[in-house]
Amino acid sequence: MGWQPARLAHRRVETPTAQTLVLQVPGWAAHLPGQHVDIRLTASDGYQAARSYSLAAPADGERIEVTVQRVPDGEVSPFLLEGYREGDPVEVRGPIGGWFVWRPTESDPVLLVAGGSGVVPLMAMIRARRTAGNRAPFRLIYSVRTPSDVFYNEELRHRVRDDAGLDVAYVYTREAPEGWRGEPHRVGLADVTTHGWPPDLEPLVYVCGPTGFVEAVSDLLVGLGHPPGRVRTERFGPTG
Amino acid sequence: MGIVTPGFTGRPRSGAPELPPGQYLTPDFPVLSAGPTPRVPHESWEFVITTETGAEYRWSWAEMMALPQETPTVDIHCVTRWSKLGTSWQGVSLDTLLDGVDTAAAYALAHSYGGYSTNLPLDDLRAGRAWLVHTYDGADLPAEHGGPARLLVPHLYFWKSAKWVRGIRLGLEDTPGFWETAGYHDYGDPWREQRYQGD
Repeated sequence: MGWQPARLAHRRVETPTAQTLVLQVPGWAAHLPGQHVDIRLTASDGYQAARSYSLAAPADGERIEVTVQRVPDGEVSPFLLEGYREGDPVEVRGPIGGWFVWRPTESDPVLLVAGGSGVVPLMAMIRARRTAGNRAPFRLIYSVRTPSDVFYNEELRHRVRDDAGLDVAYVYTREAPEGWRGEPHRVGLADVTTHGWPPDLEPLVYVCGPTGFVEAVSDLLVGLGHPPGRVRTERFGPTG
Repeated sequence: MGIVTPGFTGRPRSGAPELPPGQYLTPDFPVLSAGPTPRVPHESWEFVITTETGAEYRWSWAEMMALPQETPTVDIHCVTRWSKLGTSWQGVSLDTLLDGVDTAAAYALAHSYGGYSTNLPLDDLRAGRAWLVHTYDGADLPAEHGGPARLLVPHLYFWKSAKWVRGIRLGLEDTPGFWETAGYHDYGDPWREQRYQGD
C-alpha cells in the first residue's frame, strides 16, 4: 500500500471551522466505514507533512470524502481548509484500520456515540448502511457544543426521515437551540439509557471523539453492562 | 520527493528537533485505544511471564515494586504521527524481570487486561530498551494511559508499549497481536517508518 496521487474535486462547508473535501483518487480500492486515510502534503523544498483523516462516506467510484476540522495553529488542517485549491494534487494512502469498522453485512443493532468531529467515521457507517440497503437498527447520539457545530446537519435531518430504522439524538454541551428541552450538558447516563440500546439487545457500539469524551462514555456503557469487547472506540487527539 | 501541493509551506524547519519521518511534535499526551479503559486494582494486579515450555514467573504488585527501579526519560512516537520528547517514567527494566527466566524463545507476545495484545522480538525487550512502568511524570500512571502498569518500549511505535499489561508469553514463533492483525506493521520501527504491513 503506497502513496497515491489525488486531486481536490470539490469541497463542502460543514461549519465555520470544518469542511468536507472530496478527493479524486485514480484506482482507489473500496473501503469499510470507520477506516481512515493518510493525506500527505509536500512543499516545494521537499518538506512533507502527513495526517490521518477518517473517511466520511463510502467511495463513490474513485471519489473519497474526508471532513477536516480546523485545529488552531495546526500545520495541515488550516492549509487544507484555506489554501488548498480545487484541482491541486496531494498524496493519499489507505484505506487504513481494521478494528473500528462496521461491515454492512452485520445485522446487530448499532449504537453510535459521537463527540464533535468524532461523528465523521460514524457518518460513514450511517451512509454505508443506506447504500447497502442494510436494515440493522441504528442509533446515533451526537454531542456538540452548539447547534452551529453540527456536521452534516441537513443530511442527518433527511436521513432520520428517510432511512428507516435510524434515530439521531443531539446533546448540546454549551448552547442548545431554542425550544430544546433541558440545559446544555455533557453526555450522561440518562442520555445513554434514553437514546441508546439496552445491553441485553447486544448492540455493537462505536464511540468516537476526544479522549475525555470517549473515556466518560465508554465507562458509562461498561457500567451499564455492555461487554467491553462490544464497545469499539476511537479517540481523536490533536492532529494539526 | 512526493508530488508538490502548490501553496503548502509547512512549519518553519530551522531549530526543530529531529523526529522520525512523518512525525510531528506535540506537547500533549494523546490517547489511542481500541476499547473502554480497564480498571485494575493493585490488590488483584499481577504480571506473569510464560515461557515456551509453559513455565510461569509471577509478580504481585508489591513484589514488582520491591524490584530495582529505574527512571527512564525517553522520546515516544505514536503511529498516528505524534511524537512527544523527554517523557519521564519509573518502573522495572525488562532485563530485571527476564533475569533468571529460562527460555530459548525469540518472540514475545505482550497481553493486557481488557484483551489487548502486541508482539515483538524478545531481543527488543532486552539490553535496557524496555520497562514495565507504573509512574509517569512523578505520579501514578493514569488508567487511560495504561495504568496501573504498562510496557514502555520507546524505540518502537507506541502501540508496542502495551497498556494495562498483564503478562508476556514467550514463543519460538512470532504471533501477531491486536493491531498487527489489523494491518499494522509487525515490527514498527519509527525511524524506518514501519507503520503498516508492507512498509
